Amino acid sequence: MAGREYEWILRFGDDALVLAQRLSEWCSHGPAIEEDIALSNIALDLLGQARALLTLAGRREGQGRDEDALAYFRTDREYSNALLVELPNGHFGDTIVKQMLFDQFAVLRYEALANQCVDEELAAIASKALKEVRYHAAHSTQWVVRLGDGTKESHLRVQESLNTLWPYTAELFEDDAVSKACADAEVMPLNASFKEPWSTQLQNILNEAKLLNPESTEFHTGGRTGRHTEHLKSMLAEMQVLPRTYPLAEW
Amino acid sequence: MTQQMDLNQRFEEYIALDQKIEAKDWMPDAYRKTLIRQISQHAHSEIIGMQPEGNWITRAPSLKRKSILLAKVQDEAGHGLYLYSAAETLGISRDEMLDALHTGKAKYSSIFNYPTLTWADMGSIGWLVDGAAIMNQVPLCKCSYGPYARAMVRVCKEESFHQRQGFQIMLNLSQGTSEQKDMAQDALNRWWWPSLMMFGPSDASSKHSKQSMRWKIKRFSNDELRQRFVDMTVPQAELIGLTIPDSDLKWNEETGHYEFGPIDWSEFEQVVAGNGPCNRERIETRVAAHENGAWVRDAAAAYAEKVADRESRQTSAA
Ligand SMILES: [Fe+2]
Ligand SMILES: [Fe+2]
Ligand SMILES: [Fe+2]
Repeated sequence: MAGREYEWILRFGDDALVLAQRLSEWCSHGPAIEEDIALSNIALDLLGQARALLTLAGRREGQGRDEDALAYFRTDREYSNALLVELPNGHFGDTIVKQMLFDQFAVLRYEALANQCVDEELAAIASKALKEVRYHAAHSTQWVVRLGDGTKESHLRVQESLNTLWPYTAELFEDDAVSKACADAEVMPLNASFKEPWSTQLQNILNEAKLLNPESTEFHTGGRTGRHTEHLKSMLAEMQVLPRTYPLAEW
Repeated sequence: MTQQMDLNQRFEEYIALDQKIEAKDWMPDAYRKTLIRQISQHAHSEIIGMQPEGNWITRAPSLKRKSILLAKVQDEAGHGLYLYSAAETLGISRDEMLDALHTGKAKYSSIFNYPTLTWADMGSIGWLVDGAAIMNQVPLCKCSYGPYARAMVRVCKEESFHQRQGFQIMLNLSQGTSEQKDMAQDALNRWWWPSLMMFGPSDASSKHSKQSMRWKIKRFSNDELRQRFVDMTVPQAELIGLTIPDSDLKWNEETGHYEFGPIDWSEFEQVVAGNGPCNRERIETRVAAHENGAWVRDAAAAYAEKVADRESRQTSAA
């Protein structure tokens, strides 16, 4: 049982960490200084969530691993984030659409964790995170609307972003032995239960942004069990370089 | 003509009484120009200064360090914003200022044209570069121009956090493995002299200093501030067992100050002239961010216009 608990908390933590790492790549490359600040803010929130979740996961695992052991000394095959969050940033529209797709899911997941979870420590992390991801969702959603209903160029660009990212959304709602155990333990309902509210919300956003729902039915999966895209390995190589080069050092 | 003289005289008297000049007050053109130059240069430095450190966010060696560094670089972006706003009160737009930066007409602090090669550079920049910035900027909190002085109060509070965080990194490294100690010493070796140059040319050859002192934009000379910085920093280096890379450095009992070796001003001039190790990359990165963001800013403007349009149609219909 403890093993499974570690696994589901780790999934939440990995989603946050990998997305934070991606967003932090934007620092000093944003389209305006205000937006640089906003993206850093969101990255900082996600990093904070990741640290709390990885710390808790390590404690539940009971092998003495802390947040840094889990972040820096696992391989890509041991990371359990969804594929969506590891995809390269692309242009600002790609990043913001990816962020919106994930944020809307994260709001639902943290709502469930904050309100229903019997694991008090996890629920406490979730209720703090919920306030943050609601703000993230408002931010990314506003931008999707602005870009979708902005200029002709921006409209075409974000429609393309949406079409490209769409095949990575289904994975968020998949269930397996870990998420079923998590539901059985009354930590969180099945991922599949988020699908309908997410789709409804998404449809409203796309309507407002004058964007079309992608039709693609081809979907990618594998992140939860460590089968990632080619991008995660190089992202981690960069992120982990110092602790792995100097394994005895403390910083 | 006499009216002009009266205004000028009143302005000078006002300054002499240590009163603050505000955006709507009359001020001599040269005062306005000096401030625009200085404040926009300062803003540009904050923005360009995000790059050498931003460069290490993805590689920070622990999640805690990553979050401290990310927050720091974000603070610098915030400093850039306050300062652009302060400069805008003098009648120049942010777009004009950015344009001057992108086309190389405007300068920024040369320190940011040096590369960040190791993690210890994050420590050295915080400790030395933010440290030198504080020396320069604390007096600006009392500068005669109100909006600048007020922006600097906020900025200085955060800079002193940065300085402590940087020193903490150096302290950790100096207590770490032998590789970490080497890293720390190497970073100090590379950042020491450029940090001393941050105070600008020596008083004897400083172009703008005298007038700025009279206008109370500047309150201490470059050499005075540089001396203070050396006096503050040398004992800190000793405390963590690092050696300042200056064989002429010695304590002078009589003056109560450290004496230090001659600064290589030819290097400074080279970097100011655009030939530093990273001048080109820094501007290219900045210009690329600006250009790649153009369609986003255009879209935001177009959307805002549509919304305003819809709203005005609604009110006129109602
Ligand atoms: Fe700053
Ligand atoms: Fe500064
Ligand atoms: Fe700073």
